[in-house]
Amino acid sequence: MIDIRNLDVIFGHGSKLHHAVRDFSMKIEAGQSYGLVGESGSGKTTVLRALAGLLDRVARVSGDMSVAQEQLQGQQRSREFRRRVQMVFQDPFGSLHPRHTVDTILSEPARVHRLDRIEDRVVQALEEVGLDASFRFRYPHQISGGQRQRVSVARALITEPEIVLLDEPTSALDVSVQAEVLNLLMRLKRDHGLTYVLVSHNLAVIAHMCEALSVMQNGGVVETMGVQQLRDHTPAMPYTQQLMTASLGSDRAAIDAFEEFA
Amino acid sequence: MNESPLLRVEDLQVSYNTPTGIVNAVSGVSFELGREKLGIVGESGSGKSQTGRAILGLTATGGLVRAQRLEFDGKDLLNADARTMRRIRGNRISMIMQDPKYSLNPVMSIGAQIEEAFLVHHPSSKDEARERTLDMLRAVKIRAPERVYKAYPHEVSGGMGQRVMIAMMMIPEPDIIIADEPTSALDVTVQLQVLAVLDDMLSERGMGLIFISHDLNLVASFCDRILVMYGGKVVEECAAADLEQAKHPYTRGLLNCLPSLDGGSDELPVLRRDPSWLNATEVP
Repeated sequence: MIDIRNLDVIFGHGSKLHHAVRDFSMKIEAGQSYGLVGESGSGKTTVLRALAGLLDRVARVSGDMSVAQEQLQGQQRSREFRRRVQMVFQDPFGSLHPRHTVDTILSEPARVHRLDRIEDRVVQALEEVGLDASFRFRYPHQISGGQRQRVSVARALITEPEIVLLDEPTSALDVSVQAEVLNLLMRLKRDHGLTYVLVSHNLAVIAHMCEALSVMQNGGVVETMGVQQLRDHTPAMPYTQQLMTASLGSDRAAIDAFEEFA
Repeated sequence: MNESPLLRVEDLQVSYNTPTGIVNAVSGVSFELGREKLGIVGESGSGKSQTGRAILGLTATGGLVRAQRLEFDGKDLLNADARTMRRIRGNRISMIMQDPKYSLNPVMSIGAQIEEAFLVHHPSSKDEARERTLDMLRAVKIRAPERVYKAYPHEVSGGMGQRVMIAMMMIPEPDIIIADEPTSALDVTVQLQVLAVLDDMLSERGMGLIFISHDLNLVASFCDRILVMYGGKVVEECAAADLEQAKHPYTRGLLNCLPSLDGGSDELPVLRRDPSWLNATEVP
């Protein structure tokens, strides 16, 4: 479904040059949930943005990317691609227009893609994410963070995508709300046969949601593995092992043994 | 703990008058703190940060703080005048905030900021302040203290910035540190390294810590004792080691809804909130 080969992303020039993604490759089957995990600055979000075509005139992007047998040309994306591939961002406070009602937010992508029965679609999308029709005419500031993230998911679903790119979809949420949103994402994937690319710094979220994952550091892939290897706590690379140990909580002996990975 | 506690809080209430009525951010929190690591956990809006701020008299304007008792080292904090509070705040009780990006002065070098924190409470020569500052930067495991001393906050990483914050809060040698999500903005490995630095300093100097966090696992592995807050109340108190055996349905719900690294079922158990939790006055 998604095939990325030798992706390189470079921001800036000269002394400000930043090589954000280096020789990155990944292959995702249709219907899979694929995790990208790494610390801040590891390049995981940049990979998503490059895939979505959001880096035009922002960075130099090279490499081969194809989605559903369609070879992507640079950062140009077809209208059909933009319908089939949708994105959910981390911060539900920053990613919804503060002066637009939920109804406007949800119907805009449907209008852009010239879909029919817009009103039906809006109501249906809200229902799918567990919000009743009373939310339609509210503004983002009138609903909670978890409800906002549900609206973001509904906005992504409205164009009936096949692929959803999820960039830290729950890290701004309380754990109880995170559980609700993760359950929602799991159910939607089953119901619609979606393919997910999930970016997260939280290994447990990836272990719960994904079938396979790549661990990133400094723009490159440290290792790629099936989820069982992560669940068994047996990653091959020392960097991943350390990341895993750290996510299990504070353990003094382990902390003192931490190494720097450059 | 045989010695008398450093801090006694009894029936703490923090309320705000808003256009839509009175909001009780904290309603009836009681605890004591000795020279130990106390964790306060809860979700957003549970009142955990408001509790920490009320102790230091940092409640926002418009907020009303009441308590049966709010006592530090035998001194009443509730009715203390501004002058007394200034002598306690920073000097005896200090606070580490969440994000070094917003809590350090961006136009002042790191060294000058730490020195200022020291000089305000310990009038002494500039040379001594400089020596103490460099010592403190070394104590928080900064490898190039001379370089960081001259650097500005935007020139250091998040983990380094938070170590600088710790150095700044530690240099007046307070008795209590209140840390409000001190490492939540950091990557996991860096987070643990910063906590290890904090832990060493606490045990060397015999300080008490109030660690406010939303991260149950982290608090359970780092602190000695835990208060779980919900809706402005403490719903459960337990030893950190016993968190797994927590009894209150809210605590259990929080623990269960965490995804696990070991994988597990498709569906995460969802926390069902029971309105009666807000009425309970007794901690079960």
